Amino acid sequence: MTASDVKIQVDKVYKIFGDRPDDAIAELRAGAQKTEVLQKTGCVVGLKDIDFSIHNGETFVIMGLSGSGKSTLIRHFNRLIEPTAGRILIDGRNIMEMNAGELLAFRRNGISMVFQRFGLLPHQTVLENTICGPILQGMNRREAVALGMEQLELVGLKGFENRFPRQLSGGMQQRVGLARALATKADVLLMDEAFSALDPLIKSDMQEQLKDIQARLKKTIIFITHDLDEALHLGDRIAILKDGELRQVGTGEEILFRPADDYVERFVRKVDLSRAMYAHEAFTKVPVLTSTEATPERSAALLREHPGVVVTNGVGPRLLARGATGEAISVASVDAGAAIGQCFPLLAAHDAIVVTEGGAATGMLTREMAFKALARSVRKA
Amino acid sequence: MADNFPEFFDTRGLRFAIDDGFSWVVANYGDMFERLLMPLLKLLSGMETFLQWLPWYVTIAAIAALTYSASRSLKATAGAAIMLVFIGALGLWNDAMATVALMLAATVVAVVVGIPLGIAMARWDGLRSMALPLLDIMQTLPIFVYLIPFVMLFGPGKIPAILATVFFAIPPVIRLTDLGIRQVDSEVVEAITAFGATPRQKLFKVQIPLALPTIMAGINQTTMMALSMVVIASMIGAGGLGYQVLQGIQRLEVSRGLIAGIAIVFLAVIFDRIAQSYGRRAQKHLASGE
Repeated sequence: MTASDVKIQVDKVYKIFGDRPDDAIAELRAGAQKTEVLQKTGCVVGLKDIDFSIHNGETFVIMGLSGSGKSTLIRHFNRLIEPTAGRILIDGRNIMEMNAGELLAFRRNGISMVFQRFGLLPHQTVLENTICGPILQGMNRREAVALGMEQLELVGLKGFENRFPRQLSGGMQQRVGLARALATKADVLLMDEAFSALDPLIKSDMQEQLKDIQARLKKTIIFITHDLDEALHLGDRIAILKDGELRQVGTGEEILFRPADDYVERFVRKVDLSRAMYAHEAFTKVPVLTSTEATPERSAALLREHPGVVVTNGVGPRLLARGATGEAISVASVDAGAAIGQCFPLLAAHDAIVVTEGGAATGMLTREMAFKALARSVRKA
Repeated sequence: MADNFPEFFDTRGLRFAIDDGFSWVVANYGDMFERLLMPLLKLLSGMETFLQWLPWYVTIAAIAALTYSASRSLKATAGAAIMLVFIGALGLWNDAMATVALMLAATVVAVVVGIPLGIAMARWDGLRSMALPLLDIMQTLPIFVYLIPFVMLFGPGKIPAILATVFFAIPPVIRLTDLGIRQVDSEVVEAITAFGATPRQKLFKVQIPLALPTIMAGINQTTMMALSMVVIASMIGAGGLGYQVLQGIQRLEVSRGLIAGIAIVFLAVIFDRIAQSYGRRAQKHLASGE
């Protein structure tokens, strides 16, 4: 990553709640603990020395339990909350130095936000809600309506534009929230526990939809959650926040397998590894032959060096595994990006399955391989 | 018998000071206040003249139409019309119109002054902490107490009557505007802020529309309090139905007091229905589709 890839830089941000913030920061810088600061100055430390950067086009997840300061932190990016000290640079520009007019323009054009409880205007229709950003930007109504309809179609709400928010389910309301945020065309998208209020099934639908949209639009997303599975699923990188302090910033794998401290370790211990590990981390590449190439002699020779051979005949991959006798047999296949846990039902039905990458069969996954990969990660953790 | 409460100082001095001070204000600024409030008097007289000039069947039709447009209920509409006819049949039409004019003028003033005050209270906590006790005092102080300075300032007549009515009726609309705006879901306000709304856009696009049902409840209460003030206001020259009640008391005529009293109740029922139905409709709009 080069410096130009940095979209957002958070530079030593402190947030103190109370009447004597300067004294509190001085105490903190001198190494005092939060409880001491509270005793000495009567101030509550919201955020302490937060320092990290977010890359262009990245989905950056900030994770923490309630009270960790994550909702406070995300509100710093559009200055719904002002920091006590520190700078936040977006595209190299310090947003703390913006005057009122610049801040309004920045909120209208540069950054948008999705809220946990949706934050929709109950007295306006779905369409009116969706275009509230463009209208505030000063776009004329006709263009805004066209843009709004486009966004509603993108989130799968075509045909609902004249309903009121109350008439929609929670998941649909949050889609309106997402469409509203996308309609401003801002590069940076803040999502404050955006899916936390939704049912588990709807939640995973929304996660998939977000990944889809993100693959197309390549926004810089800051996503807040208290759900580690969600963080691992969505985040390119994850920051773990505890009591207003950053404990670790890293990829999902780093967080899982190289936790920075006891807290992160305890945090990730409960994670369902079968959902945090993917088929590509466990499978083995094997030779792929067409059915005409797959003569018994050639297959037998290859099987001495490889655990199996995949035979493709245009219909679907078949697998010839070592030790099996006779013809290559049809088995199920999974994408290398599937979580190991998703492979379990298939592995229960077959000894081995075919793994595809970008649609083409490239390898195989056996029960033993899946099991060993999980065991390996447990040992690492 | 218990001892009398000890006299710490001579209260006559204090009372004289207050009275003299107020007399000084009356002597020096009375005319100015009167000139300042001329538009108010014109508003009230204009409304009264207009309502009394309007043929009774037009007024009944207009109020019935208003009731129907608010409630969409034929029953309520017929009820309002019948009650108005009854008031007319009892020979109280002109008095009733004078009362309606006073009530409407006072309500309009209370709303025009009260809603901005309520909004300001919702925005500034400091103002709110000063205004709340003041509103408490206004609501608990016996109404007769502030009839005195108004009468001194303006002499008996319509101006002190309408001012006293406004003072008495304004607290609910202020309180409920403040409450309604404070109760607007903070996440909705935060959301619109995050999308770059100015404070003014926030107020007019989100806070007021969402607080409207509560504000309407405040206007309703203000209307009712203004109406309940008419008997007392008639003591200082407001005329109308209250004056009939007052005469009933002075002459010990049960019938006069009773009939005028019933007419006041009828007016209260009609305007309460109208205001409440508007409030309910505003609320239904917010919860549409449930």
